[in-house]
Amino acid sequence: MLYVVIAYLWISILLYLLLAGADFGAGILELFSSKKSKRVTRKLMYRIMGPIWEANHMWLIISIVILFVGFPEIYTTVSVYLHIPLVLMLMGIIARGTAFSFRNYDAVKDQMQIIYSRIFVYASVMTPLFLGIIAGSIVSGKINSGADSFAGAFITDWLNWFPLSVGLFTVFICGFLASVYLINESDTEPERIQFLARTKNMNIGAFVSGALVFAAAGAENIPISQWLFGNQVSSTAIVSALLSLALFWFLMYKRRYGLLRILAAFQVTMIFIAVTYSHFPDILLFRNGKSISLYEAGDNHTIKALGWALLIGSIFILPAVFYLIYSFTERKIYPVYHEQE
Amino acid sequence: MNDFLAARSQMALSLGFHIIFSCIGMVMPFFMAVSHFYWLKTQNIVYRNITKAWSKGVAIFFATGAVSGTVLSFELGLLWPEFMKHAGPIFGMPFSLEGTAFFIEAIALGFFLYGWDRFNRWFHWFTGLVVGISGLASGILVVSANSWMNDPSGFDYVNGQYLNIDPIKAMFNPGWYQEALHMSLAAFAATGFAVAGVHAMMILRRKNINFHTRAFKIAVIFAAIAAILQPFSGDKSARYVGQRQPAKLAAMEALYYTGNSVPLIIGGIPDNKNKKVNYAIEIPGLLSFMVNRDFHSTVKGLDRILPEDQPPVAITHYAFQVMVGLGMLMMLIAFIYLSGVIFQKKWRNSKWVLRLFVFAIPTGFIAVEAGWTLTEVGRQPWILQGIMRTSEAVTPMPGIIYTFYLFTAVYISLAFAVIFLLYRQIKMVGKIYDIPENINLQKN
Repeated sequence: MLYVVIAYLWISILLYLLLAGADFGAGILELFSSKKSKRVTRKLMYRIMGPIWEANHMWLIISIVILFVGFPEIYTTVSVYLHIPLVLMLMGIIARGTAFSFRNYDAVKDQMQIIYSRIFVYASVMTPLFLGIIAGSIVSGKINSGADSFAGAFITDWLNWFPLSVGLFTVFICGFLASVYLINESDTEPERIQFLARTKNMNIGAFVSGALVFAAAGAENIPISQWLFGNQVSSTAIVSALLSLALFWFLMYKRRYGLLRILAAFQVTMIFIAVTYSHFPDILLFRNGKSISLYEAGDNHTIKALGWALLIGSIFILPAVFYLIYSFTERKIYPVYHEQE
Repeated sequence: MNDFLAARSQMALSLGFHIIFSCIGMVMPFFMAVSHFYWLKTQNIVYRNITKAWSKGVAIFFATGAVSGTVLSFELGLLWPEFMKHAGPIFGMPFSLEGTAFFIEAIALGFFLYGWDRFNRWFHWFTGLVVGISGLASGILVVSANSWMNDPSGFDYVNGQYLNIDPIKAMFNPGWYQEALHMSLAAFAATGFAVAGVHAMMILRRKNINFHTRAFKIAVIFAAIAAILQPFSGDKSARYVGQRQPAKLAAMEALYYTGNSVPLIIGGIPDNKNKKVNYAIEIPGLLSFMVNRDFHSTVKGLDRILPEDQPPVAITHYAFQVMVGLGMLMMLIAFIYLSGVIFQKKWRNSKWVLRLFVFAIPTGFIAVEAGWTLTEVGRQPWILQGIMRTSEAVTPMPGIIYTFYLFTAVYISLAFAVIFLLYRQIKMVGKIYDIPENINLQKN
């Protein structure tokens, strides 16, 4: 049952990265677009993301619940040493979710829209940035449980080059996912070309920030090459990601959009596999070389109950969530509805 | 303010904020389901307008409730890591099921909010109902986790070790049913009174009377029934607390000395130094009766509880008084209104009845906040009754005061933003919904 729980944790984080990532990305795209294209992004976003964004963010709740029920040691250690980035990430989550809803549901559309939008776009960058920082710090081996100063225990764990570059990389990945996703949802060719151009920019951004991650790892003495190329699974995953990236650019060049989104999801999944496999099962690394393993789970009865809860829960959740996403992307079947506002 | 107090304040603030949004988020969908049902059955466009107007409010409340709930799932670890390390695996069951229920709620809400005229009408109606049912289920599950903290079960505590963990038994701890019932009724009463009051206010202002009257009637029925049932559930809860958490009961009633034929005191100012309560109204023997169903029985006072294990008396007592007082008031208003309905009296729609409801807008939520204060402060100094002290659970990170300030600022601004948005929603009802009210041509 432990493996079932670990599998659910892994899938929940991956789905959060893919689905909520695309959602964050829509906000990131809004930040980097001109006034005119902003309107296009926003319009598409409400139609596509509006119905599903809250469900997408539930994957974070599921991951957190799995962590604190099944792996309390990891949950509490992260909570103590990465308190500050977690609080900043939470601020991003609060600001983003509320600003998005407020913007959509404010009965009067006036100057306040500008304020909501500004909060929304900055929070859309801030949240994945800190998510990346937290993920980077957990595996970086900089968590200092033996520190004797405030900075040593609660700041330098996450404020160093490696987590920062992972954060930046995450931001670009999210923007990349969103722009790819929106290419196919656009109604007109000019819109599609616009999102195609942004996909290219975001992809280049992700590539450059990915290189930065390697440079930062070098500077901080983190054996990233060994993680990614030291075992067969990770190196195969990285090579597949690179090969599919070449195919991706070829298809973009040919303007064949159908497969792009699958390839983008595939690349992110491969990167995620490469990173997580090389660390399994030691997820949380300390500065003194110790680590906390996923095998050091909580109580056995609890893992069993949690496993069953997840299995039964997913019978209800998975079909519903896929039907939700399907219903609101297959727009051609249904008449478009205009609200009288 | 030291870090420990800051952590407690931050937790209290976050819960106190979240509870309002979750109450509304779990009750409003039922109101919507009723008016949506009337719309589908009668094709009276007013009901569609009511459903839509409410659903916009719900979307705002749900988003705020969802993010504040996400924050809470992190705050448990951020503020109380030592507690979560041990408690997580024991009381995690309701949380993992709650995650599922919450997820279903979010999915159903997506269907409901964006599904007008896209799906089969009854499927669409059903998704709205699912929002309510799964919301109510998550509320019950979270309360079950809280009642486990009040009355831990499902494990053996031996020499500081948590052994023989049974997460299912922990979830169905002895208190879960009373507390969940009490909280669910409270959510219905509080939301019902607030919604009915707002619509009553608009009727008094003679704005969109048809719209607001029908909305008022739906909300008030839920509110009145819940308010009348609540005291019975409260009595059950009080008995239960008397048996399982005598310290909390003693603090609630500011009972400094154990005795027989103990009176129930109403109001009063507890004087901790001289261990007596000034200016209270006493009803002889009633507390003994409430706890043991015997007017002459013994009730444990604070003198039987070690000083270091006593909760703060004044706050707990005042919170209890406020909760019960407002509960009684709501029950009274509910009786007046329901008798008007049952005996078909004309006065039930008169101005003074509507004014009563306007006056009662905040009562339910004040009572909810008081009730949470009572159950949480009344459990102190324990985070896990009798097993772990709150001070042992707090995070080692210093400077919590600053995150407390940060969260306070954020939550206050959010509260203002939500009030501002609601004000705008209500103000715009005339503009958005009034025109088609009399036209009734538009089908579906």
